[in-house]
Amino acid sequence: MADPMRIRAQVAGDKATVRVLMSHEMETGLRRDGAGAVIPAWFIQEVSAAHNGKSVFNAQWGPSVAKNPFMQFNVKGAKAGDKITVVWKDNKGDSRTDEATVS
Amino acid sequence: MQTRREMLHHSGAVAALLAGAGLLPTAAQAAWNKSAFEAKTMAECVKALGGGAPAESKDVSVTGPDIAENGAVVPVGCASSTTGVKRLLLLVEKNPSVLAAVFDVTDSVDASFNTRVKMGQSSNVYAVALMNDGRALYAVKEIKVTLGGCGG
Repeated sequence: MADPMRIRAQVAGDKATVRVLMSHEMETGLRRDGAGAVIPAWFIQEVSAAHNGKSVFNAQWGPSVAKNPFMQFNVKGAKAGDKITVVWKDNKGDSRTDEATVS
Repeated sequence: MQTRREMLHHSGAVAALLAGAGLLPTAAQAAWNKSAFEAKTMAECVKALGGGAPAESKDVSVTGPDIAENGAVVPVGCASSTTGVKRLLLLVEKNPSVLAAVFDVTDSVDASFNTRVKMGQSSNVYAVALMNDGRALYAVKEIKVTLGGCGG
């Protein structure tokens, strides 16, 4: 299991700004190690977020997204105390779900 | 001031990227779109060309630094100010895989995302908004990279 995500969700007017920092290698599959062998690709493919259990968006990522990915988005109508859930799934089938409360 | 020639060049480039990415509105699937992320060259993309030609639009914006010191971590954002956006794409023209990220937008989230991407070299970064009516609008920004982020 990968390390937990760091999620911060703050109310800004009638929406909430959510910042997510994930912990992931995001290997492109193009790099080589010291011995010249290709390091296999290992990156997050699918990301989705939910507001109080209702899905707000789905995303598909390629290996171009930077290591330990950062993502910021705004959820409309979110209030303090609401739950924001973020899920990612990588190309090895590993996944991680974390939840944060809007403040 | 952008000349007509440059305009056509950009428009063609985005059309090719999109077509190669298999993301022109005909393709709508939930699972990870393998062919979209495998599009590597213009030739590959042009082969599959079809659908509405992308148009540059002021309603779409791409944000990022003018010069990125470290290509491994380049903060970029894409946003659209109009309604009816179905998908937002981030493309880095000169990366081995041009498509960086696709965001499927719903009504309960702003059509505005920020993230960080890797860039192998200085390149144009495109933000493309696919609209519900099938149009594709884009914005472009050139980001210069001092140190590439894809090498070993």
